[in-house]
Amino acid sequence: MRANCWYGKTIMRVEEVPDPQILNQQDAIVKISSTAICGSDLHLYNGFIPTMVRGDILGHEFMGEVVEIGREVRNLKVGDRVVVPFPISCGNCFFCRDQMYSLCENTNPNAWMAEKMFGHSTSGIFGYSHLTGGYAGGQAEYARVPFADVGPIKVPDHLSDEQVLFLSDIFPTGWMGADMCDIKPGDTIAIWGCGPVGQFSIRSAFLLGAERVIAIDQVPERLQMAEEGGAETINYEEENVYERLMDMTGGRGPDACIDDVGMEAHGPAGVFAYDRIKQAMMMETDRPHALREAIMCCRNGGIVSIIGVYGGFADKFPLGSLMQRSLTIRTGQAHVQRYMRPLLERIENGDIDPSFVVTHRLPLDEAPRGYDMFKNKKDNCIKVVLKPDWKGNGNGASAKDDNYHVIH
Amino acid sequence: MTFDFDSALKQPRTNINSKGESMSIDQQSYMTERMNGRSQPGLPSSSAKRLARGLGWFSIGLGLTELLAPQAIAKISGVSNRRTGLIRLYGLREIASGITIFAQNNPAGGVWSRVAGDMLDLASLGAAATSPGANKGRVAFATANVLAVTALDVVCAKQLSTNGSNHGIHASGVCVVNRTPDEVYEFWRRFENLPRFMRHLESVEDLGGGRSHWVAKGPAGMNVEWDATIVADDPGRVITWRSLEDADVDNAGAVRFEAAPGGRGTIVRVNLEYSPMGGALGAAVAKLFGEEPEQQMDDDLRRFKQVMEVGEVVVSEGTLLGTGYMEQRPAQPPAASELAKAEQLPSETMTNFPSERRGMTRL
Repeated sequence: MRANCWYGKTIMRVEEVPDPQILNQQDAIVKISSTAICGSDLHLYNGFIPTMVRGDILGHEFMGEVVEIGREVRNLKVGDRVVVPFPISCGNCFFCRDQMYSLCENTNPNAWMAEKMFGHSTSGIFGYSHLTGGYAGGQAEYARVPFADVGPIKVPDHLSDEQVLFLSDIFPTGWMGADMCDIKPGDTIAIWGCGPVGQFSIRSAFLLGAERVIAIDQVPERLQMAEEGGAETINYEEENVYERLMDMTGGRGPDACIDDVGMEAHGPAGVFAYDRIKQAMMMETDRPHALREAIMCCRNGGIVSIIGVYGGFADKFPLGSLMQRSLTIRTGQAHVQRYMRPLLERIENGDIDPSFVVTHRLPLDEAPRGYDMFKNKKDNCIKVVLKPDWKGNGNGASAKDDNYHVIH
Repeated sequence: MTFDFDSALKQPRTNINSKGESMSIDQQSYMTERMNGRSQPGLPSSSAKRLARGLGWFSIGLGLTELLAPQAIAKISGVSNRRTGLIRLYGLREIASGITIFAQNNPAGGVWSRVAGDMLDLASLGAAATSPGANKGRVAFATANVLAVTALDVVCAKQLSTNGSNHGIHASGVCVVNRTPDEVYEFWRRFENLPRFMRHLESVEDLGGGRSHWVAKGPAGMNVEWDATIVADDPGRVITWRSLEDADVDNAGAVRFEAAPGGRGTIVRVNLEYSPMGGALGAAVAKLFGEEPEQQMDDDLRRFKQVMEVGEVVVSEGTLLGTGYMEQRPAQPPAASELAKAEQLPSETMTNFPSERRGMTRL
């Protein structure tokens, strides 16, 4: 089959690899109809996550049709149309039973690596380095899906791929970012980052009862999409975020702040340069500018929800502000399985149509160019969906720019 | 509490049955003690350590006396009064030895430094015996005393060093399994299940009567085999076993099950010990345990937990050849040829717990 493989920092290649087969009796093989590039894939693409091996298939947002199941699979059958959540979770361990699926104790065979880095391991994740298990990802024609009875959910035929695909990650992730804010009627929520996850946090915050959502970014088309979702916006390149937020909230600050940015934050030139240099010198792994600002801006006693991905260590963390002002930090990789069904219902009853976030559709063969576009925000790119059954131009990364298979 | 596996291996191999009924209370508590998982490979036994502490205080006491009252020392040992400078120096040496003994986790180095000091003392006494101002009777008495202390030093130092370097291959590990102690015990008690999660085991066969035949994988297709017998067997609590006399490799193992607080499953503690040996066989056994036996034990226990909680060993594409850094392969489906070499393939057997499996909740 064809699969999008990582070969080094910003080097992706779509190449022929062996077809997947059942390795565990609870596996299913899924023929992928749609698969997306996630913002967190860019951390791998940019070389910020260790334990990558040349040839790793990336991708953890995918859906398709079940074409084969292991002996022990009970809830799925061949022919089912399913969306696959990015955490691989066993459903039976202490954490799965408590619905903390991204903390599954049984799905990371390389747990020792994660233990060295984080103290304890998290669950396995599709196509997301060997630190999270070394599982082949979903930017491919087929994928092996372990624990097929626990992860994938069946989706109805009347919903399009793009309406349900993001149940795999960014919709539940954005939702959990807002869910962790314990939103009460009347709350004002500030959201750093208007990438795809930020967009879903904005809409989730409203669905959870927020009165007001303020979204912070610098990319015009992303700010515009945020406004279309009902948010007021702050362009941090044009305004001082703290001053503007205090002005908007009468000096008290937002009730809760969501960091939808993570470890590769941009910010005012000086701060960005400081963190970028320290990162390059391996003195810190994460550039926590957005998080620092979120903490400083949050109202006393408020909640700071971190859903953007961090990988290691950060510097100049405003611990004093956090402690002195009774802030609560809530965070975690999304427990996707916990949210898939209720969010599918939200989609079915018309509360939200997640397809709004898609700006580009490419054949799988052009995945490398999709990464480049997404990373560099070329052509107003916000979200790329890859289609394995579309015919590419056959030369992937070297495709000419005027040859985009783009549908706006 | 320190568990000494060496002694366990040397215990009489007769008074055993599968229920552990014939074991004395002492043995039972001994086994229980061993299972508390606090044994530290490479650390000396407590008796040798106690002796070392005594020698340490002796060093410091004698050193201070030599330093502060060299003339008294000269008189007692029958040495000329002109030697007080040298005696003071020796006092400093004694104090240094004493401090070294107390400063290190394994005091072997400090005790060996005492042995070296004893040699100096003996040499000096030898020289004094022939010098004109010496009292020969007192020199002889002092020499006898130093010889006695030297013997003690050597015994202690050797004991400490032996414990440190030749303790065999030891691995211990702990995990929590989301099952009752009885369920976990039942699975482990059927030793033929062990190769499903212990990477170095090829097979274990139950021979009946508490005896079993074990085959471990060695390098280059070489297998290491032994018969083992159960030493203690307390359902739901503890199982210990050890190899019989004609084993390729002397070894012992113990696993203890303990209900986790709040009914949150079972804490499983495992200790394995393979006795010291030399030659090609020793190297082979060391190899099959890898350079980090604790790491391998952690991996084994992780797979054990998987088998207990989800019924099979969980496999990822990237770890088909092993979980070490150097064993990682690309996270992409294996070709048939690679699959044939796979280390981490799950067993065909599923361990089904029908009442509980797939009992996960969903919103």
